[in-house]
Amino acid sequence: MRAMKKNVKTPWVLVLCVALLLGCSEASWNSPYQDQDSGKNILYNVFSERPKHLDPVQSYSSNEIQFTAQIYQPPLQYHYLKRPFTLIPATSVDMPTIQYFDHAGNQLPDNVPADEIAVSIYEITIKPGILYQPHPAFAMNEQGQWLYHHLNEQMLASIDKLFDFEHISTRELTAADYVYQIKRLAHPNVHSPIYGLMADYIFGLKEYADVLRTANAALPDGEGYLDLNKYPLEGAQVIDTYTYQVKIRGKYPQFMYWLAMPFFAPIPWEADVFYSQKGLIDKNVTLDWYPVGTGPYMLTENNPNLRMVLEKNPNFYGEFYPTEGMPGDAELGLLDNAGEPLPFIDKVIFTRERESIPRWNKFLQGYYDASGIGSDSFDQAVQLVGQGEATVTDDMAQQGIRLETAVAVSTYYVGFNMLDPVVGGTDGQSRESARKLRQAISIAVDYEEFISIFANGRGLPAQSPISPGIPGYRAGQEGMNPVVYDWVDNKLQRKPIAVAKALLAEAGYPDGIDQETGVPLVLYFDVTARGSEDRSKLDWMRKQFQKLNIQLVVRSTDYNRFQDKIRKGNAQIFEWGWHADYPDAENFLFLLHGPQRKVGNSSGNSANNAANYDSAEYNKLFEQMNNMEDSPERRQIIDEMVHILRHDAPWLWGYHPKDYSLYHAWFQNVKPNRISNNNIKYYKIDAALREQKRSEWNVPVLWPITAIIFAMGLCLIPAINTYRRRESSAGVSVAASKLQGNN
Amino acid sequence: MLSYIVRRILYAIPILIGVNLITFALFFVVNTPDDMARMQLGIKYVTPEAIEKWKQDRGYDKPLLFNKEAQNLDQITNTIFFEKSMAMFVFDFGRADDGRDIGQEIKSRMMPSLAIALPVFVLGLIVYITFALIMVFFRATYIDFWGVVLCVALMSISSLFYIIGGQFLISKMWHLVPISGYESGLDAAKFLILPVIIGVISSAGASSRWYRTIFLEEMGKEYVRTARAKGLSEHIVLFKHVLRNALIPILTGAVVVIPLLFLGSLIVESFFGIPGLGSYTIDAINSQDFSVVRAMVFLGSMLYIIGLIFTDISYTLVDPRIRLA
Repeated sequence: MRAMKKNVKTPWVLVLCVALLLGCSEASWNSPYQDQDSGKNILYNVFSERPKHLDPVQSYSSNEIQFTAQIYQPPLQYHYLKRPFTLIPATSVDMPTIQYFDHAGNQLPDNVPADEIAVSIYEITIKPGILYQPHPAFAMNEQGQWLYHHLNEQMLASIDKLFDFEHISTRELTAADYVYQIKRLAHPNVHSPIYGLMADYIFGLKEYADVLRTANAALPDGEGYLDLNKYPLEGAQVIDTYTYQVKIRGKYPQFMYWLAMPFFAPIPWEADVFYSQKGLIDKNVTLDWYPVGTGPYMLTENNPNLRMVLEKNPNFYGEFYPTEGMPGDAELGLLDNAGEPLPFIDKVIFTRERESIPRWNKFLQGYYDASGIGSDSFDQAVQLVGQGEATVTDDMAQQGIRLETAVAVSTYYVGFNMLDPVVGGTDGQSRESARKLRQAISIAVDYEEFISIFANGRGLPAQSPISPGIPGYRAGQEGMNPVVYDWVDNKLQRKPIAVAKALLAEAGYPDGIDQETGVPLVLYFDVTARGSEDRSKLDWMRKQFQKLNIQLVVRSTDYNRFQDKIRKGNAQIFEWGWHADYPDAENFLFLLHGPQRKVGNSSGNSANNAANYDSAEYNKLFEQMNNMEDSPERRQIIDEMVHILRHDAPWLWGYHPKDYSLYHAWFQNVKPNRISNNNIKYYKIDAALREQKRSEWNVPVLWPITAIIFAMGLCLIPAINTYRRRESSAGVSVAASKLQGNN
Repeated sequence: MLSYIVRRILYAIPILIGVNLITFALFFVVNTPDDMARMQLGIKYVTPEAIEKWKQDRGYDKPLLFNKEAQNLDQITNTIFFEKSMAMFVFDFGRADDGRDIGQEIKSRMMPSLAIALPVFVLGLIVYITFALIMVFFRATYIDFWGVVLCVALMSISSLFYIIGGQFLISKMWHLVPISGYESGLDAAKFLILPVIIGVISSAGASSRWYRTIFLEEMGKEYVRTARAKGLSEHIVLFKHVLRNALIPILTGAVVVIPLLFLGSLIVESFFGIPGLGSYTIDAINSQDFSVVRAMVFLGSMLYIIGLIFTDISYTLVDPRIRLA
């Protein structure tokens, strides 16, 4: 019995020792970060999808641009606080000057009609004194020879990643670096997603690609560097050290927006030489993986499966927090740091979280500074108050968490394939009938309900393709789609289903029955393969069509097959979405531009008009609007185009999603938007407050360990008893059997 | 034994070619090279020329298995299958579709995978065998009964539940370890505690029952009766005789998985943010990166074959009656 007592006591002593030992540590046990980082001016962010490309000529996805936009500096950027989005200089001294010329080379005045313009020349002058981040590509020895442009095997032996190079250096940014990058759009070894588009506009880019392909093929074996400086490009010329020109075919006002994207950021030729060495490519040390830029941050750790780290570029200076914003910004504290030098944060740690549950819990523990809101955690995070205004729940408010919302420049729509005989029509009469059918469906599919059920209210029912915040978008009654809505009591009200049924009857399908054949109307809805959670969305969609007694057959497939169907025009009704590249109505309206239709397009570019909508009137207005600067006249044309679209209803306009994001109290200067991506330089962190809150929120709870060990100890007691009983009973039985044997 | 091993390695070659062929066929039935190009190039502004160029640069512009336009041997060698598969036999895995060297990636991700898989394997083996022995030792008592009930209960719960439940209780409620993350070196310890505990518990039910069955089977054999007849105590019978004789079936299950530990765990790595080969494979499948999928399937098959050879060799070590020839 004494021995047994001793056994039970031992775990208790152990537990107490461990508890005391661990209790001495000040850092939270569950902190995923290193102790030496505590209290530092670091932003903790998260990413879920591994970036594929960090070469600015290739990267396009939002999960890539969140890194490249902090590292690379195109000549222009968006004003952080002003709305609608306003372009301002980034590295350029001023906004680019534009000169127009006719076919004969004569300069034209600025207000000349677009069709007279044959050439537009954008001249950009950059600020002197801008330096690249420290990088081994710039390192030279005392004799002025490049240290790392001709690496041999011996030198490569000690190199596994970029940061293994001993010497680093920098140089001044020049206009030639911008021209070099424009040339790279046509480089045979990189795949720029905008090459096709830009080849239509930048003079000589298409031919330049052929020249480079030939030159690349002629390179000697083992030589990976194609010197673009040897091959001039007509459309991009260096004027002097700080000035360059881009020559554009015709008039293309949207080119200004492209100049604010990393595609047009500078690349130093030294980096291209450096990264073209086979020995480095074999070790995955490439420009696509280790960017070299002039921006406020530089990438110092690149492990996209775990963590990406940006640190302040020591050579970055001369940029300041905006001194003016929109009404209300000052009250929100967004101008508290006006005029102060950027960036505020020293280091940004992006941690990869593939799953939403750990991501959300770490945000609540204070280990991430901001978070999106998944549908699972929506009720925990957000409540609706007053007039349906969204705010954080009381629990979140107690933690000091705040909610920021912004309507994304995106649209999710359901398209009708206009080549389909039922929903698109084949001749005058059937087209009119199909139009009424589409209008009837537009009324029947209740997107207010959809947003409420499936998006937790995070969205606006769309009235046209153009999303809020884009010049040309109209709010309120003047922005209402009169085909689908009425304006009642100062708000939108969807037309009654009777109106839809009347339209359906006019279309030749009274009560959903084809009056010619007497067969019920069956329509086909193409969607990408979905999980179980999306089944309810499809059921909901079926029910919307059932309101008109139309049977909707869902054809679910994988994304590749779906795209293939759309390309070949084999879908009847489909759902898709679009996120704008830049804040211009053209970037939405071109999705319905006839020459850009998927089937039989003639644009020469990739086609984006998945509905294959082709209206001569609309096309004419689009081409007119496309070449105009933002002005009342242009907005009037946009109104006319939207009017045509609403009448023809080639899409169910769907909805514009709203982004809801949560921020901790220590995260400051946040004005969310989905257009400009170089925002980290404006953010500020109160690291002391964060440290204090983390300590408060993450006190280790030790009693469960004690309880578990105690329970295990308790379990041992009956086991030991049983063992002893068995041992003694065995002895008795053996003794008994011996006795019996003797007898 | 050497000749046996050489023979087994030679047998492995057609198996690996077959596995490659099946992977290739399955992948390209679902994805055409055009689909792969579109996946990599994105959906916006992708021109047919860009797709052609992407395919050409990566060698996906060739016929899949047979090149009608080529002559002689080129009809076989100048195909996607040959060019993408044969280099792997000299461990040249080529480049992923994002341009990264797959061999380098595998090298760097192997350790994090192993950091979880190895402790789970070793600790699991100890825990499962110990638990199974306890059940057998106390067989036909309420300890055995409740042990089996516990095993069945553990088996009935999804491993995802253990992960989510473990993260909720241990990390979120009790704040004892980080919910997810990873560091290299000794700093990895605090990130590995939870996944290792969960890894061990999630397989405890099935494995303990399996070992219990093995031990019970051994207990019914003649040599056990002889040992008992000699007057040996029950624990000596169990630990000295039964455990040793049960090693062959234990080795059959255990040794074969040792090489596969390098490949990591798909779900655990994903939930705990471990940058291992399991998550690499999942990423490759999601992004339709055939080069990586093919390399990982090849590696998995090869390691499995190695595991089987190890198992055979281990038999000779624990059972002197077995000779490999």
